[in-house]
Amino acid sequence: MNDMTLMEKTVDTQKIKIAAKDVNVYYGDSHAIKDVNVEIEDKTVTAFIGPSGCGKSTFLRCLNRMNDTIDICKVKGDILLDGEDIYDKRVDPVQLRAKVGMVFQKPNPFPKSIYDNVAYGPRIHGLAKNKAELDEIVEKSLRRGAIWDEVKDRLDAPGTGLSGGQQQRLCIARAVATEPEVLLMDEPCSALDPIATAQVEELIDELRSRYSVVIVTHSMQQAARVSQKTAFFHLGNLVEFGLTGQIFTNPEDPRTESYITGRIG
Amino acid sequence: MPTIWLVALLLALAAAGFYWGRARALSTAGGDAKDLHSLPSYYGYHVALTSFVPAIGVLAVWLLAQPLFIENRVSGMIPAEAVPENSTLGLVMSDVRRVAEGLDLAVEQGLLTRAEARDLSSGSQDVRALLGEVGVALGNDVRPEVLTAAQAFRNLSNTGKTAMSVVVALLALSGFAWAYSKTHKDFRARNVVERGIMALLILAASLAILTTVGIVLSMLFETKNFFGLHSWTDFFFGSTWAPNFRGDSELSILPLLWGTLYISFIALLVAVPVGLFAAIYLSEYASNTVRSFAKPLLEILAGIPTIVYGLFALLMVGPALAGVFAKGGLLGVEWMAGATSVLTAGLVMGIMLIPFVSSLSDDIINAVPQAMRDGSLGLGATKSETVRQVVMPAALPGIVGAVLLAASRAIGETMIVVMGAGAIAKFSANPLESMTTITTRIVSQLTGDTDFASPETLVAFALGLTLFVLTLGLNVLALYIVRKYREQYE
Amino acid sequence: MTDLSQNTASEPRKHGGSLLEQTPRTKKRNAAEKRFRAYGIAAIAAGLVMLIILVTTIVGKGTGAFQQTFITLQVELLESKLDKKGERNIEDIKKVTTFGYAPIIKGAVAAAVEELGIETSLKPKKLAGILSKDAAAQLREYVLANPDQIGQTVEFRFLASSRVDGYMKGRVHRESIANDKNISPEQLDLVDALAAAGVLEKTFNLDFILGADASDARPEAAGMGVSMLGSLFMMFVVLALALPIGVAASIYLEEFAPQNWLTDMIEVNISNLAAVPSIVFGILGLAVFINYMHLPTSAPLVGGLVLTLMTLPTIIISTRASLKSVPPSIRDAALGVGASKMQAVFHHVLPLAAPGILTGTIIGLAQALGETAPLLLIGMVGFIASNAPETLADGLLSPNSAMPAQIYEWAKRADPAFYERAWGGIIILLIFLVTMNTLAVILRRRFERRW
Repeated sequence: MNDMTLMEKTVDTQKIKIAAKDVNVYYGDSHAIKDVNVEIEDKTVTAFIGPSGCGKSTFLRCLNRMNDTIDICKVKGDILLDGEDIYDKRVDPVQLRAKVGMVFQKPNPFPKSIYDNVAYGPRIHGLAKNKAELDEIVEKSLRRGAIWDEVKDRLDAPGTGLSGGQQQRLCIARAVATEPEVLLMDEPCSALDPIATAQVEELIDELRSRYSVVIVTHSMQQAARVSQKTAFFHLGNLVEFGLTGQIFTNPEDPRTESYITGRIG
Repeated sequence: MPTIWLVALLLALAAAGFYWGRARALSTAGGDAKDLHSLPSYYGYHVALTSFVPAIGVLAVWLLAQPLFIENRVSGMIPAEAVPENSTLGLVMSDVRRVAEGLDLAVEQGLLTRAEARDLSSGSQDVRALLGEVGVALGNDVRPEVLTAAQAFRNLSNTGKTAMSVVVALLALSGFAWAYSKTHKDFRARNVVERGIMALLILAASLAILTTVGIVLSMLFETKNFFGLHSWTDFFFGSTWAPNFRGDSELSILPLLWGTLYISFIALLVAVPVGLFAAIYLSEYASNTVRSFAKPLLEILAGIPTIVYGLFALLMVGPALAGVFAKGGLLGVEWMAGATSVLTAGLVMGIMLIPFVSSLSDDIINAVPQAMRDGSLGLGATKSETVRQVVMPAALPGIVGAVLLAASRAIGETMIVVMGAGAIAKFSANPLESMTTITTRIVSQLTGDTDFASPETLVAFALGLTLFVLTLGLNVLALYIVRKYREQYE
Repeated sequence: MTDLSQNTASEPRKHGGSLLEQTPRTKKRNAAEKRFRAYGIAAIAAGLVMLIILVTTIVGKGTGAFQQTFITLQVELLESKLDKKGERNIEDIKKVTTFGYAPIIKGAVAAAVEELGIETSLKPKKLAGILSKDAAAQLREYVLANPDQIGQTVEFRFLASSRVDGYMKGRVHRESIANDKNISPEQLDLVDALAAAGVLEKTFNLDFILGADASDARPEAAGMGVSMLGSLFMMFVVLALALPIGVAASIYLEEFAPQNWLTDMIEVNISNLAAVPSIVFGILGLAVFINYMHLPTSAPLVGGLVLTLMTLPTIIISTRASLKSVPPSIRDAALGVGASKMQAVFHHVLPLAAPGILTGTIIGLAQALGETAPLLLIGMVGFIASNAPETLADGLLSPNSAMPAQIYEWAKRADPAFYERAWGGIIILLIFLVTMNTLAVILRRRFERRW
C-alpha cells in the first residue's frame, strides 16, 4: 500500500495490537470480505468507514469472533491479537471476547438492574473475589462509561429504563467492566440523538488512553472527530487505510475521494 | 310438515327468487345490464336473501323457544299435589314428555288414530302396555294427570308446529313479494345485498359470544338447581365425595380438586423441564437440519388424540408402574394397589404436554431480541450463560404464561384421567394411589342412567362450572401475561 | 502516549495469559456449557423416545387386530334340524334360532376332526368351543339367504374364538390358561393339529375395518366400520357448519370489524373458547342439544354440533391468519378499479386465502375426529350399532358411536382380547389423522405464497 510510510511513523510509538492478514469472509456463497490486510494499534481509535454493505461491520465482528454465532459465515486468513492467531483451534472465543469487548449499534442493556448489567461480565469471568471488589469494579466502569454521576443513586433501577444515550454509555461501561484490551464499537451512535452522540464521542476519546478502540461508523464527520486512523471499505475491499487527517484531506484512491466528497455511498 | 321440508321449501323459494329477481331487473332495463344500478345477479340475491334469511331466522328462534314455552304451559297444568312425595316437578315433566313421545309413535305406527290419541283416558285402556308395544318403556303406570298433561303437550306441540309452518311460509312469501316489487333498474341492489351479507357475517362472528353464553347459562341453571337440592357449603367446603343414589350424598369438590391439582402438578413436573430444555436447545443450539426434523416430530405428540394417551396410560404405563411398585413387582414393595394412580395419569399427561410447552416456549424465546444475546456473547459469556442469565430472565414472563396455559390444559384434560387416574376421591400425598379428578367425576355422573332431578347428576354441572371458571381464569391470566410480554419487545 | 507503561503497571491485566491456553475457569465454564447442551439434547431425546415408544406400542399391539384366525369347515346343512317340514318355507326356517344351529356346527367340527384323523378326548361341545359364538349366527344368516342349500354340504370359513385367536397370535399361552374356562389345553392341542392340517389359519381380517361392534362375549367379531361411519357423519356436520360460519366470522373480524367493544368482546371470546376444556363443550351439548332441544341421544348430528362449536375457534384463528397474509395491495388494487369493499374481499382476498383456510379446516377436522370427551356426555359411547345407516338422515339421527368412542368402549371391557381391538382401532384412527395432516401439509407447501 502507498501509505505504508505514514503507518510506519506511528508504529514507532504504538505497538500493533491486532494484525489481520489476507482475511476473506464468506456468507454461504457470497464473498463479503476480500483479502483485507490491516494493522490496528494499541491506544488508538481506528475508524472503519464506507458505504453500507461494504463489509465494515462484518470485518469488525471477525475481530472478536462474533461471526461464529452465524452458521453460514466462514472466515479465512489470519487475525493476530498480540501475535496470537485468534482463529487458532486452541483459542476459546469466550476467553477472546473477554479481551476484545464489543458495543453494538442499538443500545442493548439486559433486562436487569444497572448494577447487574455492569457486574454481568465480571461475574461470568470471575474478576471479583467478593462483593466489595465487585462494587469497586462497577463504580470504576460506570465512571469510565461517563455515566456514574447520572446513575449512582439508582443502581437498582432497571437498565432498560434509561434514555437511549444513557443506555449506550451503560453498554460501554458494561463492556469496559471485563477489562478488555480492545473495544469494538459497531456504529455506537447511530441510534442516538446529537447530544447523546456528542457525549459518547467524548467518551470514546477518553477510552483511547486505556484501550485500542475500533469504531465502525457511517458518519464521516464522526470518523474525523474521534479517530486517529481510518480505514475505508468498499464492496468488501479495504481500499485505503491511514492517518485520519491524511484520508480526509488527501485521499490516494479515487474511490475514497468519491466517497468523501459524497459522490458514492 | 316436518322441519326439513320447510327448510327445503325456503331454499326452493330462494332459488326461484334469485332467478326471477334477476330476470325482472333485466327486463326493467330493457335487457341491457348497463342500465342497471348493480350487476343483475345482485337483484337476484336481493330477492333470494329477503325471502330466505328472515324466514329461516324466525324458524330457528321458534324451534328454540317453543319447547320452553310449552314446558312452562304444561308444567303449570300439573297441580302441586300430583307431584309424588319423593319426586319433583322435573321428574313428572320427563314422564309427560315420554308419554307424549309414545303417543306420537303409536299414531305413527297405526296403533291409534289421531282422535283416539287425543281422547285416550287412563281409565279406558292400559296406556303403559300400549306404549310398551311401541317401544317406550315406562317405570310405573300412567297417572291421569300425566296423561292429560301429555295430551296437552302433544296438542300444543302440534299447534305450535302448524303455526310455525304458517308463519315461516308467510314471512318467506311476503319477503319475496316485497323484494320482487322493489326490483327496478334504479334500485341499489348491491348496497342492500352487501348490508345483508354484512349482517350475516356479524351474526357468524357473534356465535362465539353465543357459545360462551350458552356454556355459562346451561351450567349456571343446572348449578342453581343443584344448590337448591344440596348445600353449597358442603360442595365447596366439605371433605368427602361420596355420591349415593339413595340420597344423603356427600358431594364436596375439594377431594376432586386435590386429585386434579396433584395430577396436573406431576404432569407439569414432567412437561415443563423437558419442554423448556427442548425449546432452549431447538432455538439456541440446534442447526437448521436438526430443527427442521426434531420440531415437527415433537409436535406429532401434540397431534395424537387424548384417547391414545388414555389407552397408553391404562394398558402400558399403569401396568408398567404396577410391575415395579405393586405386590410381586420388581422392588418387592406393595405401594400400588392397581394400575391406576396419580403417577400413571400424571406421567402420560406430562408426555402429552411436552410439545405444548416446548412450542409455546420456543416462540417466546425467539421473541427475545438477538441484540440481547449479542450483548452477552460480546462480553465473553458462553451460550449457556447467555441463556440462563440473559435470555431466560427476559423470557420469564412469557414462559410463566406458557406454563399457566399448560396447567389449564392439564386441569381440563379428561380422557387420560378417566382411563389412568382411578375413581377414588381422597386426600393423599402418595402419588402411587389412585385418585379421581373433576373431569372424571363429570363423566361418571353424566353417563349411564342419569336422572336430571337428583343432586348426584346435577353436581356434574356445578363441577363443570367450577372447571370452566378455573381454566378460564388461568387462560385469561396467561394470555394477559403473554400479550404484555410480546408488547415489551415489539 | 507516554503513560503506556505506567498504565500497565498500575492495572495488571486480568486476562493477561496467552489466548492459546484455556484458563481453569474457562475450562470449568466450558464444561458447564457442555452439560447444559446435554440437558437440551436429553430433553429432545426424551420427547422423541416417548414418540417412538408410543408408535411402536401402537403398531406392535394393534397390527394383530387386522389378522384373524379362521377355521374352514365343511358343514352339512341338515334338513332334519333346519327345516323339519321340508317345505322350504322361509317363515319356518326363521323359527330355528341360532341355538338350533349349534348341533350342526358341533357335527361339522367332529367330522373334520375325524376326517383329519386327529385324536382327541374332547366332547363335541368342547370341540365346537374353538369356534366363535358368531359361527351359528353366520350359518343362520347364510341359510336364510339361501334356503335352497339346505340338505347340501357347504364350505364355511368360521371365526375362531378369541382365545384360539389369541393363542395363534401369541397372546394366550398354555401356562396362562389354567383358570380359563373358555379354553383348555386339549383344545389347544386340537388347534395345533388343525393348524398343521391347514384347516385353521390366520388371514387378513377385513371385517375389523368394515364390520360393526360385537357383544362382550365375541371380541373376535368386533369391527370399526360402523363407528367409522359415525365419525364420518359427524365430520360431515362439522364441515358443513364450521367452515362457512368460521370463514364468515373471520372475514368480518379481519376485514370489516370496527375497533369497538363488540369486536373486542368477540375476539376475547374466541381466544378463550379455543382453550376451554373439551368436556365443557360436552356439558353444553348435553344441556342444550339433548335436554333442552330434545335432539336424539347418541346421534352423530348432536356430536357434530358439539364438535362444530369446539372446532370453530381453531378454524377462525387459522382463517384470520391466512386472510391477514394477503397483502393490502391486493385490496387496494380491487378498490382502485371501483370494486366495493365486499367485492374486493369476496372476489380477490378470499380466493387467495383459500389454501390457507382449507389447511386450517383440515387440521381443525383432524382435531375434532380424535376428540372423545364430549362424546361421552352425549351418549355416543356404549351404544352398539349393529348395522350401517342407510340414508343421510338415518346416519345423522340414529344412534351411533364414533371411532375414538368405540376405542374407549373396547378399552373399558373386561376381556383383554378387546385391548387388541382398541390398539387396532387406534391404528385406523391415526391413519385418518396422518392422512389429513399430510394433506394439509401438502396443500400448504403447494399453494403457499410468499408476498
